[in-house]
Amino acid sequence: MIAASARRLWDGKAGPVLVVVAAILAFWYAMAVVLNAPQIRDRWAREGRSGAASELVAEAWAMERPVLPAPHQILVELKKTVLDLPATSRRSLLYHAGVTLSSTLLGFLLGTALGIALAVAIVHSPTLDRALLPWIVASQTVPILAIAPIIVVVLAAVGLTGLLPKALISTYLCFFPVTIGMVKGLRSPEPLQLELLRTWNADAGQVLRYLRFPASLPFLFASLKVAVSIALVGAIVGELPTGAVAGLGARLLTGSYYGQTVQIWAALVMASLLAALLVAAVGLAERLVRARLGGAA
Amino acid sequence: MSRPASGEEAGTGALVAAVVALFLPLGSAGWWFAQPAALLLVLGFVAVLAATRGEGTGLGRGLVLATAVLLASAAPLLAIDPADPPGLQGPGIWLLLVALFLAAFRAMGLLSAATARQGPAALLVPALFGVGVLYVWELLVRGFGIPGVLLPPPSAIGRALVAHADVLRADFVQTFVRAVIPGWAIGCAAGFAVALLADRIPFLARGLLPLGNLVAALPIVGIAPILVMWFGFDWHSKAAVVVVMTFFPMLVNTLEGLRAAGRLERDLMRSYAASYLLTLWKLRLPTAAPFVFNALKINSTLALIGAIVAEFFGTPIVGMGFRISTEVAKMALDLVWATIAVAAVSGSAAYGLLALLERRLTFWHPSFRRVAG
Repeated sequence: MIAASARRLWDGKAGPVLVVVAAILAFWYAMAVVLNAPQIRDRWAREGRSGAASELVAEAWAMERPVLPAPHQILVELKKTVLDLPATSRRSLLYHAGVTLSSTLLGFLLGTALGIALAVAIVHSPTLDRALLPWIVASQTVPILAIAPIIVVVLAAVGLTGLLPKALISTYLCFFPVTIGMVKGLRSPEPLQLELLRTWNADAGQVLRYLRFPASLPFLFASLKVAVSIALVGAIVGELPTGAVAGLGARLLTGSYYGQTVQIWAALVMASLLAALLVAAVGLAERLVRARLGGAA
Repeated sequence: MSRPASGEEAGTGALVAAVVALFLPLGSAGWWFAQPAALLLVLGFVAVLAATRGEGTGLGRGLVLATAVLLASAAPLLAIDPADPPGLQGPGIWLLLVALFLAAFRAMGLLSAATARQGPAALLVPALFGVGVLYVWELLVRGFGIPGVLLPPPSAIGRALVAHADVLRADFVQTFVRAVIPGWAIGCAAGFAVALLADRIPFLARGLLPLGNLVAALPIVGIAPILVMWFGFDWHSKAAVVVVMTFFPMLVNTLEGLRAAGRLERDLMRSYAASYLLTLWKLRLPTAAPFVFNALKINSTLALIGAIVAEFFGTPIVGMGFRISTEVAKMALDLVWATIAVAAVSGSAAYGLLALLERRLTFWHPSFRRVAG
C-alpha cells in the first residue's frame, strides 16, 4: 500500500519536482557558505581569531549583508516586510507589489486590446498582413526596456507621470505574443466552416463574431499567459531607470545601491510569486470561459 | 470577390484628397501655387494617381505609384516653414498627407498582390511601410515643432549616428560582442546540454520541466543587480545575466523538441538496432531542431535586453545601457535614439541570420514548405 503510493509519487511529477527542489535548496545552502566564507574569514583575520567549521557555517547563514543569503533569511525578511507591517506602509513589500501589480495590469489590458485589434486588422487586410507583420516581429528585436527612460522623460514632459509610462512599457512588450497568437487563432477555422458561413450570407463582422473569435480562444489564452508574465517584467524594469520610489523594481534598485542583498532577494521572491499568481489567474479565466462556452471552444 | 475593391477605393480617395489639398492654404508659406517645386511634385502625384485608377493589378502599376508617393512626399517637407509657430501648418499639408497615406496603402496592395510571398521582392511592401513610418515621424516632429529633447526627428538621429560613430562602435563592442554573444552562446549551450542529460534520465526531466516552465515565467532580469555585485561592473556580469536569461528557454524548448519524435520513427530506429547516440543524431536531434531554433531566436532578443538592463545597475563608462541612461540624463536624445537604432538593427540582424540558418537546416519542416501547384 505504502510502497504503491510511493511508486506513484516517484513516477508522477510531484516526487521528481520535490527531489529537484530539495537538491536546489541544498546546493543553495552550500553555495551560501562557499560564497560568504571569504568575508567571514577576512573579518576573523582582522579580529585576530579563528573559529571551527561549524561556527563558519552558522555565521555564513546569518550575515547582515551576505553575498548570497540563505533561503531562511529571505523568508524571515519576507515575514518582516509582509506580515509584520500593515499593507499600506511604505516599507511593506505588499505595498510595493501592489504598485507594480497595478501598472502590470494596466499595461496588460492595453497590450491585449492593441494585440487583438492588430490581429483583426491583419486577418482582414492582405495588404496589412504583408506590410505590418514583418515590422511587428522586428519591433520585438528592439530592446524596448532600453527605451523605458525615454518614454518616461517624454511623457513626463507632456504631463503624464506615474502609472501610465510604466504601463506603456508593459503594453509594448505584451502586445506581440497576443498579435501573433491571435493571427494564428483567427485563421484557425477550416475552409469548410468559412464556406458554410458564406452560404448563410454572413458578413465579415458576423464571421468574426460567431466563428473566428470562438475558434481563436485557445490561442488567445496561451498568448495571454506569456503576455502577463512579460507585462510583469516590463513593469519591474520600467521602475528601474525612472527614479521610481515605489514598486518592486525600485526595491531592487535601492537594494543594489545599499548592498542590501536580502532585500533584493525578498523582492525577487515576491516578483516570482506575483508572476505565478498572474499566470494562475489567466489559467482560471481560461477554465471559466471554456466552461461558459460548453467546453467546446 | 470583394477584396481588391478596397484598394481601388483608397486610390480614388487619394486622388480626391490630393486635388482638394491643392486648393487649401499651407500656413504662413501661403499656397501650393506660390511654391513651384512643391507644386510640380503634387501635380505629378495627381497625374500618376489619375493614370493608375481603375481595376486591374500589376507590378508595374504598383511600382509607378510607389515612386510617385515617394517623390510627392518631399512636397510637404519643402512647404513646411520652420519659422512657423508649432502646429500652425495649414490644412493643405495635412490633407496631402492623407492622400499620400491612401496612395501608399493602394501601392502596397498592388505590390503585395503582384509579388511572391518569398524572395527579395517580398521585402518591397514592408520596406515601403517602414519608410512611411519614418516619414510621418519626421513630418509630425517638424510640422508640430516638437522640441528635439522630447522626440528628435529621424534626420537628427541619422546625423547623430554618423557624428558619434566611434562612440557607438565602442558601445556595440562592449555590449554586443563582449557580453551578449558569449553569454548567449554559453547559456544556450548549457541549456541544450542539461536538456540532453535530463532527456537521458527521465526522472530529472519530470522534475526539471515544471520548474523550468515556472522559471521561464519569472522576471529573471531581476537577478541583474545580484550578478553585478558578484561579477563586478565589467562585461562579465552582463554576460552572466545573459547566460541565466537564455538558459531556461533553451532547456524547456529542447526538452519539448526531443519528445517530438514520433513513436513509429523511434520503433523503426529500434528495429534497426540503432544505438542511443545514433538515434539521437539521426532522428531526435533533427526533429528537435525547429524547437531549438525557436529558443535560439527568442534568446537572441532576450540576451540583448538582459545585457542592456544589467548595465543600468553599474558599468564601466562604455556600453549601450550606460550610453542610454547617461545621455537621457544629459537630454541628448538624438544620441539615445541612435544607440537604440544600433541595438535594434543588431538585434534584427541576429534574428534574421538565425532565421536564415533555420531555413537552411530545417528546410523540410512544414512551415517552410510551399504549397504545391
